[in-house]
Amino acid sequence: MTGVVQTVLFWGLGAVAVAAGVVVFRTDSMARATYALAASFVAVGAQVLFLHLDYVGVIVVLMMVMEMAVMAVYMVMFMGMNPALMPMSMVHSRKTSLGVAAGAFIVLAGGALLVPWPARRGAPAVDLTVSLGQATMGSKMLVMLVVSPVLFSTIVSALVLALPRSRYDRLGDDLRRRPAEDPQPGGVGR
Amino acid sequence: MTLQAVLVIAAALFAVGLYGAISQQVLVMVMMGLELMINAVILAAAGLWWFLAPTPDGHVLLLVVIAAMTVEMAMGFAVATVLHRSRGSDMTDMSTDLKQ
Repeated sequence: MTGVVQTVLFWGLGAVAVAAGVVVFRTDSMARATYALAASFVAVGAQVLFLHLDYVGVIVVLMMVMEMAVMAVYMVMFMGMNPALMPMSMVHSRKTSLGVAAGAFIVLAGGALLVPWPARRGAPAVDLTVSLGQATMGSKMLVMLVVSPVLFSTIVSALVLALPRSRYDRLGDDLRRRPAEDPQPGGVGR
Repeated sequence: MTLQAVLVIAAALFAVGLYGAISQQVLVMVMMGLELMINAVILAAAGLWWFLAPTPDGHVLLLVVIAAMTVEMAMGFAVATVLHRSRGSDMTDMSTDLKQ
């Protein structure tokens, strides 16, 4: 792929990512907002592939497509009404938010364009995915050792938050109540 | 394709996400804004990695950012669930107890 084609494709994907991000907060339909966010993530994933991060790019695309499918279900579950059928404003502090967002863009983009970025140091490995695997299983193993319990504790705490009734509700504070207090009594041995 | 181009696109994505995170009333929409911001961080980090120091260190850092995004999503959904169960709503304006 020539440099010009690559540049045009990269900017095109960037435009798609940003435009889809804007659509997320402009459309009335929750389903459309979710799919727009998925499109934004897929475009960014493709851009990451352009930067030769094959593993990370594919992970971003696969993870985000699945996440948006889950998010669409949550939207349908929790939204009390359908904004696509009954359009209404669901925002607050609109002007302040626009001002803060515009200010953040000016500062960040200005910094990106004005900072004298240093020259590249080092050369990429021949096979980047292999080098990533070797790093996570070798010199950077501590990072993965920290991330793993964080993800595990996330699973536990999310379940504790989301469960309507815990074992303490069923068995009392000392876990000794027998039979267990269930909304629907029954089960083996009760 | 230059580092500046990557960072400008990431800045635009971050700004759009910031607008959503501040302005939206529905909790899941706030999460969408936060995810757009993390999406921008992933793109910027990938650009900085490729154009400045393409060593495995930055590559591993990107995996940490993706893990942070996963944690944000899981805890956000859990909070949305418990908020909907206790208040019958998923609006941020109805969960301002600590403010009072």
